[in-house]
Amino acid sequence: MCTPSVVSVAGLGITVLVIAHALAAEGPNVGREATAAEIAGWDISIPPDGSGLPPGSGTVAAGAALYASKCQSCHGEKGAGQPNDRLVGGQGTLSGPTPVRTVGSYWPYATTLFDYVRRAMPYPQPQSLSNDEIYAVTAYLLHLNGVIAESDVMNARTLPQVKMPNRDNFILAYPPRPR
Amino acid sequence: MPSSRTRSALLEEVAGNGLLHRRIFLTQGAALVGAGGVTVLSAGPATAADPPDTPPWMRAPGAGMSGYGYPGKYEDNVKRTGITSQPGTTGSGASRTPLEKLDGVITPSGLHFERHHGGVPDIDPAAHRLLIHGLVKRPLIFTMEALLRYPMVSRIQFIECSGNSRPMLSPAPPAGSCGAIHGLVSCSEWTGVPLAILLEEAGPDRNAQWLLAEGADAAAMSRSVPMAKAMDDALIALYQNGERLRPENGYPVRLFLPGYEGNMSVKWLRRIKVTAVPTMTKDETSKYTDLLATGKSLMFTYPMEVKSVITAPSPELALKGPGLHEISGLAWSGVGKVTKLEVSADGGRSWAEAALTEPVLSKALTRFRIAWRWDGGPAVLKSRATDETGASQPTRDKLLADKGTQFLYHYNAIQAWSVTPSGEVRNVYA
Repeated sequence: MCTPSVVSVAGLGITVLVIAHALAAEGPNVGREATAAEIAGWDISIPPDGSGLPPGSGTVAAGAALYASKCQSCHGEKGAGQPNDRLVGGQGTLSGPTPVRTVGSYWPYATTLFDYVRRAMPYPQPQSLSNDEIYAVTAYLLHLNGVIAESDVMNARTLPQVKMPNRDNFILAYPPRPR
Repeated sequence: MPSSRTRSALLEEVAGNGLLHRRIFLTQGAALVGAGGVTVLSAGPATAADPPDTPPWMRAPGAGMSGYGYPGKYEDNVKRTGITSQPGTTGSGASRTPLEKLDGVITPSGLHFERHHGGVPDIDPAAHRLLIHGLVKRPLIFTMEALLRYPMVSRIQFIECSGNSRPMLSPAPPAGSCGAIHGLVSCSEWTGVPLAILLEEAGPDRNAQWLLAEGADAAAMSRSVPMAKAMDDALIALYQNGERLRPENGYPVRLFLPGYEGNMSVKWLRRIKVTAVPTMTKDETSKYTDLLATGKSLMFTYPMEVKSVITAPSPELALKGPGLHEISGLAWSGVGKVTKLEVSADGGRSWAEAALTEPVLSKALTRFRIAWRWDGGPAVLKSRATDETGASQPTRDKLLADKGTQFLYHYNAIQAWSVTPSGEVRNVYA
């Protein structure tokens, strides 16, 4: 942490702000400045406000076809799960004895779905889908969960506007409350 | 050497069912065995190992030097345990530290637990970069060679996966070794560059409150980290236990956030984006959030709570006969030092304070030991840690009453091991 402190310089009558580093260590400054193009190639994270979402768009129908060919073998028909995570259903189960956590019942932000599919799915070939394909499969999964209509199209403008059903059911544990 | 009066005082029970004063091993060690009614292990029949014969390895020169040493072949059973992966994958899962087969507090690097989301990448350090960008005045790219020029610090601290001990949420006590149940925790000496130094060079903006850390694995694993933590004690770790990080621990460079849930210490770190708000990645929303019985979920549950477990005796390590035994285990807290460790041999009716092995370090595994004279009858062993904030471990009943049975992360309840008259040790809910 930086601790600002005010120091009077004797005889000069001026005051300077000194930043004292608790870590008392200075770096050698050997990082190289990154260019905008370099950053653009790596900056794939998408926060809830959708900033950074790429151009392109996808429909539910296009997503259904893509899902069948690239996702279904792990996540089951229409996101029913098995052998891996179930993606659809489960709404209304979270306070019961056997909660079913899916995109529709649990995930608070639709942007997370786009972000995660883009960076990590499909498992054997991550970062292989086109932007249109990612928007499409996102639209398909949101539709299967009843979150958007069959005719809705997902793109950089519409995706951040999607409100997920479980959005308001998270309690922030950070920052910690005073003891 | 203490006087005989001191010795007999030390041999008096300090808590029910045979717990002895914690100083007994510290002051007298093996000299005590055989004294004061303590049973000596019965000697087996004499073999070639016993005197007067000379063993064969003294009758010829041994092996030569080696470039890199490995554990001896007779230790071949000391392996990571509980190795599981998602169906159809080999790299999306976990392996656990065999806690009951180790002593001390440092986890050998090859036995550090693993939790990967897209396998272990094979990264050429010459082709790896760390990018710091976002709300900074100067976005920077660091080669590994550049990072190695920075001033470094070393700390002995633990990492615990927040999903550790999850089997304890099941309705019946899970079988398996201590490590299979609680082995998603390990402790190493980590050496690296304080993240604060790199961030200062990049120059964070006034509204820089968070950062997004991303790995170079096939999952591009990513988590949001509060700027306050990044500037406090976060490390860009390059070394583990004196050597460069092992591939499964993030080679060539990882984030290390002392005390925080392990998932946030992003391995194979390639990008830090300074932001104003959390990014809300998959692993801080759909996973690593704690679902309560109310249907609401806790989010951003960062520090790992105070916790302990007895590693010996423990399941699969049967006691070989009544008499004097050492109860030993590990305690830790993600918010500071362990200040007190109590042990019970009567299921929690009475407690005695165990000795903490020095040095007791903040956010590190801490070894505890206490002497126990087992009378051969049934016993239920428990340990209860307290940390410097005054927090101590809840009972399982209390934890489940507070959080339900579906929270999946941050299980830190008191562990009970039942000892049967035959010496077998079982996991019990007691």
